[in-house]
Amino acid sequence: MTLGALWFCIVAVMVTVYVVLDGFDLGTGVIYLFAAKTSEERRRVLRAIGPVWDGNEVWLIAAGGTLYFAFPQLYASSFSGFYLPLMMVLWLLMLRAIGIEFRAHVEAPLWQGFFDVIFAGSSILLCLFFGAALGNVVRGVPLDATGYFFEPLWTNFKLGPQTGILDWYTVLIGVLALVTLAAHGSHYIGLKTDEDLGRRARGVALLCWPLQFFLTCFSLVATYFVRPDIMANYSSHKIGLLVPIVVVSSLAVILWATPKEKEKTAFIASSLYIIGMLVGAAFALYPVVLPARDPQYSLTVENTAAAAHGLTVGLVWWTLSALLALAYFVFIYRMFRGKVQAGEGHY
Amino acid sequence: MESALLIHRLHFAFTATFHYLFPQLTMGLALLIVILKTIALRRKDPVYDQAARFWAKIFGINFVLGVVTGIPMEFQFGTNWSVFSRFAGGVIGQTLAMEGMFAFFLESSFLGLFLFGEKRLSPRAHWFSAVAVFVGSWLSGYFIIATDAFMQYPVGYYKAADGSLQLASFWDFVLNRWAFWQYAHNMSGAAITGCFVMTAVGAFYLLSHKCVEHGRVFVKIGVIVGCIFSILQLFPTGDQQGKLITEHQPVTLAAMEGLFHGQTAAPLVLLGQPNDAQGKIDNPLEVPGVLSVLSYQRWGAQVRGLDAFPKEDWPGNIPLLYYSYHIMVGLGTFFIAVMVVSLLLLWRGKIFNARWMLWILMLSAPFPYIANTAGWLTAELGRQPWLVYGLMRTEDGYSKSVSAGNGMFTLLGFMGMYMVLGILGLFLIRREIEIGPVGIVSASGFDPAPEAK
Repeated sequence: MTLGALWFCIVAVMVTVYVVLDGFDLGTGVIYLFAAKTSEERRRVLRAIGPVWDGNEVWLIAAGGTLYFAFPQLYASSFSGFYLPLMMVLWLLMLRAIGIEFRAHVEAPLWQGFFDVIFAGSSILLCLFFGAALGNVVRGVPLDATGYFFEPLWTNFKLGPQTGILDWYTVLIGVLALVTLAAHGSHYIGLKTDEDLGRRARGVALLCWPLQFFLTCFSLVATYFVRPDIMANYSSHKIGLLVPIVVVSSLAVILWATPKEKEKTAFIASSLYIIGMLVGAAFALYPVVLPARDPQYSLTVENTAAAAHGLTVGLVWWTLSALLALAYFVFIYRMFRGKVQAGEGHY
Repeated sequence: MESALLIHRLHFAFTATFHYLFPQLTMGLALLIVILKTIALRRKDPVYDQAARFWAKIFGINFVLGVVTGIPMEFQFGTNWSVFSRFAGGVIGQTLAMEGMFAFFLESSFLGLFLFGEKRLSPRAHWFSAVAVFVGSWLSGYFIIATDAFMQYPVGYYKAADGSLQLASFWDFVLNRWAFWQYAHNMSGAAITGCFVMTAVGAFYLLSHKCVEHGRVFVKIGVIVGCIFSILQLFPTGDQQGKLITEHQPVTLAAMEGLFHGQTAAPLVLLGQPNDAQGKIDNPLEVPGVLSVLSYQRWGAQVRGLDAFPKEDWPGNIPLLYYSYHIMVGLGTFFIAVMVVSLLLLWRGKIFNARWMLWILMLSAPFPYIANTAGWLTAELGRQPWLVYGLMRTEDGYSKSVSAGNGMFTLLGFMGMYMVLGILGLFLIRREIEIGPVGIVSASGFDPAPEAK
């Protein structure tokens, strides 16, 4: 295994951890207005994600930083090419953070209602954006010989040579991400709360299931249609068959566990589903990290990685810091384990 | 092309300047909260515990704003400065990634515990979570300064065949001599902001005769710690920083000091307006020979002026650089004066009744923000025209694929968004000050917040 391949795996793992962890608090935001009706319930939902959402979001920053250091050229091309949607993601992240954190500071219905909508709206849009981003990476972008590109927000929603951020395919993946994370958030709220709130969250999760199942199948067919060569790694490496097995079985487990109120099983299965889908995408792309619409300009692990010495040194401190981060997360999640109690803490 | 460069520079300058209003208070308060918690733990004094809890609330609001305005900084290297990122990412990517991995995880994990876990933790464990937040935030500062230090004084790299910079020595890069002094100077500046803000709130309470007991604690701690850091800011940290600039960026020194023509026994310009066109200082108020002494420790030493360097290597905006530097130094002197006088009054036991001094302390709170901003402007304008000193020019580093129009659109977007964030932050912090450390609300305030009851 080359150094570049190793760092490809590390970045893929970090992005996956980000989606699994921040995914549940994003998903919580998606279902927030529907699942939590009273002010007391909303406060409980925020308490369920309050101590952890910021740490979860750090995985995005850390993954971005790691991408920067390991694949400077990929970072440069993709961040400047996705300029407009990235800036909008930043604004949405800001709105979402103040929605969560500033709501509780003033005890007035108008103030809190306003921040409720800010939190829910920004969470919904972020899920769509993140899904569309994944769609763009799988579909390919209009890179040229300079190694750069620029995508407008949309062109004609078709898959021509000059694509936009949004076309029918990326919107489809965006909706899949929205439904998946809404379900993921519901499982988390089902796990962390009880009574009416927990029941309603489970109801939302069950409602999401057929949509999630249908969109998963449809998006896989669509992906094959958009990028017929996407199956190459799967046909040459049989281990890739594990991915569909994980995805299908985790969907089955969710359907079995949710009505039986086995919240922990359902949440773990939902996490496995996300892991399966993202690992599947990374597996299909490798060694390409950002495909170009014209394949000769595709960015690969080899033509974007930093030099060997830096990557070797990085392995040492990255391992150390990842172990530390793991320890913090285990500690924090243990500290705040169990159902959220009423009237405790901030929010 | 020209306008795209200008907009990308403004984009980074605006978002970075606004962002740094928050971390400087975060880092300063993190230290002060550890001090308050330590005293509370040792003396078992509830006033110190209440003081720590009060500042933790302001810290929390400020921290959220620091985080959300900080994320764009990490993104903008790629979005607006992609050519630079491709060029230098193999080196500076290291510290930026380490900041996320080492500092942010530590900080964010323990902040949740510190803010919401006091009931679940023992006093000692809660104290420890405050220390972890402090270490995390100061560590984060180091990684950012090390990144900037590389841009100021590149070490530990080599130039690869494709023209990009790659890491040659991790320790040379991370333990950059420039980073050490810049870090010390910067963190001392952050501590000064924290101290002046704490003292100002204390002075406000004393002047308005409410929460007097806590007000005294704020003034006492703020003045003692503030005095230490105001002096450290000048010596040794500022002095050493100046020596590094003299040695490695002599053209920057000349521009900062407004020294257009090199000379022996160079004077230190205290006041005066740099006249770019004629290459002189208008209406100067100078102290002869002092610049030579400060730079080379000799009266007669030759200090090179701007004329010793080719004009294309001069910092682009000499007046702005000159004024930023002089504002920083002037305010730094003011901080020492205020804090030393306050400490004397505190020592004589007179400060809590010296209303004139309390007024000065209360109204001084904005000045450290101005000084820290001016200091960063000095560092970054002084580095011009280089993006990585001597290796890449600023005009070569921005994203050529992002048009001026798109840059302008997002710059305006950030301005609008940050105005909202700024107003919200001020409103909420003012509200916490109104509620106070023991939950007293004046008649004009909103309903008391539930957590304050």
